Amino acid sequence: MTAPVLVFGWGNPSRGDDALGPLFVERVEALGLPGVECLTDFQLQVEHALDLHGRRLVLFVDASVDAAAPYEVSTVVPARDESFTSHAMSPRSVLQVYCDLEDEEPPPTWQLAIRGEAFELGDGLSPAAAEGLEAALAWFAGWIARGATEPVPG
Amino acid sequence: MSFELETATHPEQLKRVAIDPVSRVEGHGKVTILLDDDNKVHQVRLHIVEFRGFERFIQGRPYWEVPVMVQRLCGICPVSHHLAASKALDMILGVKLTPTAEKVRRLMHYGQILQSHALHFFHLSSPDLLFGFGSDVAKRNIVGVAAADPETAKKGVLLRKFGQEVIRLTAGKRVHGTGSVPGGVNKSLSADERALLLKDIYQMVAWSREAVHLIRALFEKNLQEYNAFGRFRAQGMGLVRPDGAMDLFHGGLRARDADGKVLFDHFDYGRYWEIIGESVKPWSYMKFPFFKNQGPEEGWYRVGPLVRVSNCDFIPTPFADRERTEFLAFDGGSAAGATLGYHWARMIEMLHAAEAIKDLLHDDDIVGTNLMADGGERQERGVGVIEAPRGTLIHHYRVNEDDQVIRANLIVSTTHNNQAMNESIRQVARQYLDGHQVTEGLLNHIEVAIRAFDPCLSCATHALGQMPLEVSIEDANGTVLDRAARDGNGRFIAGGVAG
Repeated sequence: MTAPVLVFGWGNPSRGDDALGPLFVERVEALGLPGVECLTDFQLQVEHALDLHGRRLVLFVDASVDAAAPYEVSTVVPARDESFTSHAMSPRSVLQVYCDLEDEEPPPTWQLAIRGEAFELGDGLSPAAAEGLEAALAWFAGWIARGATEPVPG
Repeated sequence: MSFELETATHPEQLKRVAIDPVSRVEGHGKVTILLDDDNKVHQVRLHIVEFRGFERFIQGRPYWEVPVMVQRLCGICPVSHHLAASKALDMILGVKLTPTAEKVRRLMHYGQILQSHALHFFHLSSPDLLFGFGSDVAKRNIVGVAAADPETAKKGVLLRKFGQEVIRLTAGKRVHGTGSVPGGVNKSLSADERALLLKDIYQMVAWSREAVHLIRALFEKNLQEYNAFGRFRAQGMGLVRPDGAMDLFHGGLRARDADGKVLFDHFDYGRYWEIIGESVKPWSYMKFPFFKNQGPEEGWYRVGPLVRVSNCDFIPTPFADRERTEFLAFDGGSAAGATLGYHWARMIEMLHAAEAIKDLLHDDDIVGTNLMADGGERQERGVGVIEAPRGTLIHHYRVNEDDQVIRANLIVSTTHNNQAMNESIRQVARQYLDGHQVTEGLLNHIEVAIRAFDPCLSCATHALGQMPLEVSIEDANGTVLDRAARDGNGRFIAGGVAG
């Protein structure tokens, strides 16, 4: 049976702060929350639209150089946003592909963007990113406890 | 083979157009074009800015970790690195794989070929091919394809999903799999897993055949443009089976000159350095491989689907072999020499991969239990070569007596195609940019040529954004005369700056 909540993080675990998404998901998975499925991949891709099927809600998690430190949370809605890179398909484009393929609205979706700064191959998390990860996990614990409905960190 | 347009005679007198970075390719690249006051092209270069640190990342690690850790070199083709490294370490262990281990690895590899080719064709290239190279950028993307032709888009998604299921079931996980280990594999398929894949494989074969027919129809419809687009003469190299068949997993190296004459055949890749050298150029981080007996000026070559389909004598699966015959005969053989022929050849390979998966699923060895080879005579050096989705991939390691990797050399597919990609964009620049104002549509023609090779310029750090693209025109003094940008969502902004 499909778990109602999907936490999906992406990034390369060996490229410094790019590991934030997979590390976040790893920590959430360790909590063993009922009804929560955790998935990771190197990047968000078109076929991930199929992973959204049958969910009550979805949380995307990624490292970002654009997000304010330590993290930003926002809701995601489907959009034809003209994203054109293969390895960086945007969350809203994936939702739009879901609409086009499934002919229905996607589940409510949030994006957690954790601030990252250094992305060299072979590096570990930067100190700032490590702090951001802990802060994001603290937000997640509260958010999920409140029913995962608040898009803005409390 | 000349290097015309590689270096302008008087670059200081020219203005510069930079496409940075190239969009819809895997990683970071930059194209610079020097134009004179009449917009005539004098110099075109594809600069690669990311290929660094691979060897440093690997050296010093215990050899048994290598097949897993090299997957992190690249988020686009991790399975290819996983398998090439495993083959190199088999050689270091001095072992011969069991039938089950070899077939499970092959299954994984064909799953990778299937999913990678499906992604490239349906989601990276079909927007250009279906809507036109200079069409509205707002529509020229996968979401546009999904809106215009949801059935085609859905087949692309499901083909890729199936390939990834094959990888998951053979590698043990969706990503960062551990299925292939030095000397064998750590799992085979269960009966249930085999049945799961068998349930859908015939549909995948059928859709792959449709995809070949789709690209053929596009060639027929746009024959002159497709044949001429970025066309150049080149030598080619790839693996073939001992009987000359296409074999994307294992074989000897065969190369042909630009006229199709065999230069060398069934060369043992364990001694690749005897025939392949690598030169450097001051304007690119990526090396330029060449056949040593010809030297760097004359000895460059290309790899990948276009080469493999014409380099082999036949494809050992029936539908793909029939499509190969028709491809080679099409319009007097013109498509087999066209840069956009890469797309057609790629779909023939996708069909071959689907057929090969079907055949393997019917082979009882894939549910066998003899997973690891018996111990052999330990070697100091190991070389593993496979035909990855983008072309020949070479992994070469030396391991010391403490089991640590002390030297690593990787020649990845895109590196083999470095000179070829430069040649292709020079042709496109000549064909489409000379004497014209530089527009987004025209610049996309350059990118279309690069995308035909499906380059993986590195495992990009996608978190750095959605690859904004900035174009600046500069005079000889570096003064910006004009600027245009494509923002992170692909919007073209005249006079703007990528945000």
